[in-house]
Amino acid sequence: MATSRKQERSIPLAYAERYREFAPALPGADLPWLKNLRQEAIARFSALGLPSPRVEAWKYTNLSTLAKQPFVPVDDADIAVSPADVAALLPPEDGPSYRMVFVNGRLRPELSAVGELPPNVRICGLAQALTDEPAQLEPHLGRVAALNGHALVALNTAFMEDGCLIQVPRDEALEAPIHLIFLGRPGATPPAYHPRIVVIAELGSRVTLIESHVGAGQGVYWSNPVTEIRAEPGAVVGHYKFQDEGPGAYHIARTDVALAAGSRYESFVMAVGAGLSRNEIRVALGGEGADCRLFGGYMMRGRQHVDNTTRIDHLVPGCTSRETYKGVLDNRSRGVFQGQIVVHKGAQKSDGRQLSRTLLLSREAEIDTKPELEIYADDVTCSHGAAVGELDDDQLFYLRTRGIDEAAARGLLIEGFMGELADEIGFARVRDRMLATVSAWLSERREEAA
Amino acid sequence: MLEIKNLRVVVDDKEILKGLDLTVPAGEVHAIMGPNGSGKSTLSYVLAGRDGYEVRDGGVTYLGKDLLAIMPEQRAREGVFLAFQYPVEIPGVGSATFLKTAVNAVRKHRGEKEFDALEFLKLVRAKREALGISEEMMRRPLNVGFSGGEKKRNEILQMSLLEPRLAILDETDSGLDIDALKVVADGVNALRREDRAIVVITHYQRWLDYIVPDSVHVLSEGRVVRSGGKELALELEQNGYGGIGLQAGAAV
Ligand SMILES: Nc1ncnc2c1ncn2[C@@H]1O[C@H](COP(=O)(O)OP(=O)(O)OP(=O)(O)O)[C@@H](O)[C@H]1O
Ligand SMILES: [Mg+2]
Repeated sequence: MATSRKQERSIPLAYAERYREFAPALPGADLPWLKNLRQEAIARFSALGLPSPRVEAWKYTNLSTLAKQPFVPVDDADIAVSPADVAALLPPEDGPSYRMVFVNGRLRPELSAVGELPPNVRICGLAQALTDEPAQLEPHLGRVAALNGHALVALNTAFMEDGCLIQVPRDEALEAPIHLIFLGRPGATPPAYHPRIVVIAELGSRVTLIESHVGAGQGVYWSNPVTEIRAEPGAVVGHYKFQDEGPGAYHIARTDVALAAGSRYESFVMAVGAGLSRNEIRVALGGEGADCRLFGGYMMRGRQHVDNTTRIDHLVPGCTSRETYKGVLDNRSRGVFQGQIVVHKGAQKSDGRQLSRTLLLSREAEIDTKPELEIYADDVTCSHGAAVGELDDDQLFYLRTRGIDEAAARGLLIEGFMGELADEIGFARVRDRMLATVSAWLSERREEAA
Repeated sequence: MLEIKNLRVVVDDKEILKGLDLTVPAGEVHAIMGPNGSGKSTLSYVLAGRDGYEVRDGGVTYLGKDLLAIMPEQRAREGVFLAFQYPVEIPGVGSATFLKTAVNAVRKHRGEKEFDALEFLKLVRAKREALGISEEMMRRPLNVGFSGGEKKRNEILQMSLLEPRLAILDETDSGLDIDALKVVADGVNALRREDRAIVVITHYQRWLDYIVPDSVHVLSEGRVVRSGGKELALELEQNGYGGIGLQAGAAV
């Protein structure tokens, strides 16, 4: 059969097949350019389908259970969420921020607090931008996150309803971070939402973005966010993400970053939540002296699945990339790390280093790591390393001979293992929150064991 | 305080301790000497409760209790302390955090009040200054990047904070420079008390000039083959193990 091969490589998604039903209600439905973009996107998705494990990049993350869920687009009108509900799901914020709260992907102005912005800084909801100033959005939307080949980005483009547009003008250094809080609220039918975050950091500007993804309740929902970031020459972008979705959540995120000369991008992703999650980051080092740092931590238990997939393209000479992912897998949880570094022809003096370290706390836990260096230039410094291990018996014994009980000793070692990652984070508030996340995970683990 | 009777221990199908007898009364310091590979560290690990040692025969009584029946952390809380021949490096775990966790775990068990951060800081400062340990070292991960001598000092710092009843010092002198030898010995001697016992494992008589033992035992091939007063150490220094009828350096 002619179609069998294609079927093997993709998983049908009923939800996407009903696109025509949902399209009229999507924001910007009357904008011809957006309509075209969405049309193209859904056509692309239909051609690709949801990637099956036959697709190389999805070999270790199987979306077939996701495809079986009867997802519906969000009808959020009557989901009551109070500020207290939001606060209960997050650690208290220890400093000012420009704060936007999304419930099932839709901006909730009554829960948000963006406040006064410096002149020419734009932080606004995507749906609102599509209504108020679509012309501002048109040149940026979908430019970094290209549709090419990525089914879930295409799906996001077809269905995106809301999100955020962030534009920081030339030489503006935005002091406080922008904090985007995405709260998943599963209902009678499992909701799916596709936030789109667009960041433009203009020449020499600085901006810090924090994403918090949290879930209320045990039910199933699907968050499929796409973040596209463009850093113009000399811009500095900090991007920090805490993924603490509910246990029934699917979280499939994709971030695309384009870095111009002398710009810097630092990303840190901490994942403890969701039943199945994948965080995919793609960075194009497109101007000389661009620098990117990708850090990630994950702590999983039960049957949780976490996938960190990254691709860094050294397109021009003299760029630097650093990448460290560390995680802890307990029970029957599974981890995936796929890190691809491509040094393109002519990209001399590229300097790329990648490290993945995983601690397995149980015999049933598993990690698949796939580092990939592709180097087409001759004068480069690139390295990668992957280590998988268990807690060290000698270290455990040493701690126990000092009166520390076995559970506490394990906790200290795990905390130490993850804590080393905190040293890499350039933003103190995020560092503290990362450490607090580790402690909280450990105390939940202790409680469960007790 | 410590009574070891006919202890036979097997590691990986190999018998290391072959019927070892040793009694250490409270208030005394006992030195254990013996060729490389004779089983000194093995004995110290068995006493501290390390996994992987199969006790085939005999037993150990500590303060009237069966020591081998309890968990390592419990032994520590009951007052057993081992200063390791090779202290373990633990990346990511801060020295100060570790010390506080350990000391409070032990104090809690003894029904003593746990220290708050400030009290603890003061206590540690006094003890570490006496041992010549810098504050900077305390900020580093446990034993990571410490020199050999610094690791040994750190062991004694832990000992002085945990205030054990039975301290086993496995070659604490090796790696210490001449000045440190005295400083660390002072730290050990400060612990000597009527209700405490110290077992000092060493290869060198010089260490025993600083920590003067009540008895000296020679361990060979997993057994105590000779015991005596502190003169025995001098005799060994002069004539080697050959002088007392053992093969010199009889390491397996
Ligand atoms: N896990 C093991 N498997 C096999 N043999 C072992 C194991 N651990 C120790 N041994 C052996 O047991 C013997 C005693 O070792 P131990 O470390 O106790 O010696 P020691 O008296 O402390 O020596 P040193 O003076 O060199 O420190 C050695 O021959 C050693 O190789
Ligand atoms: Mg030894």
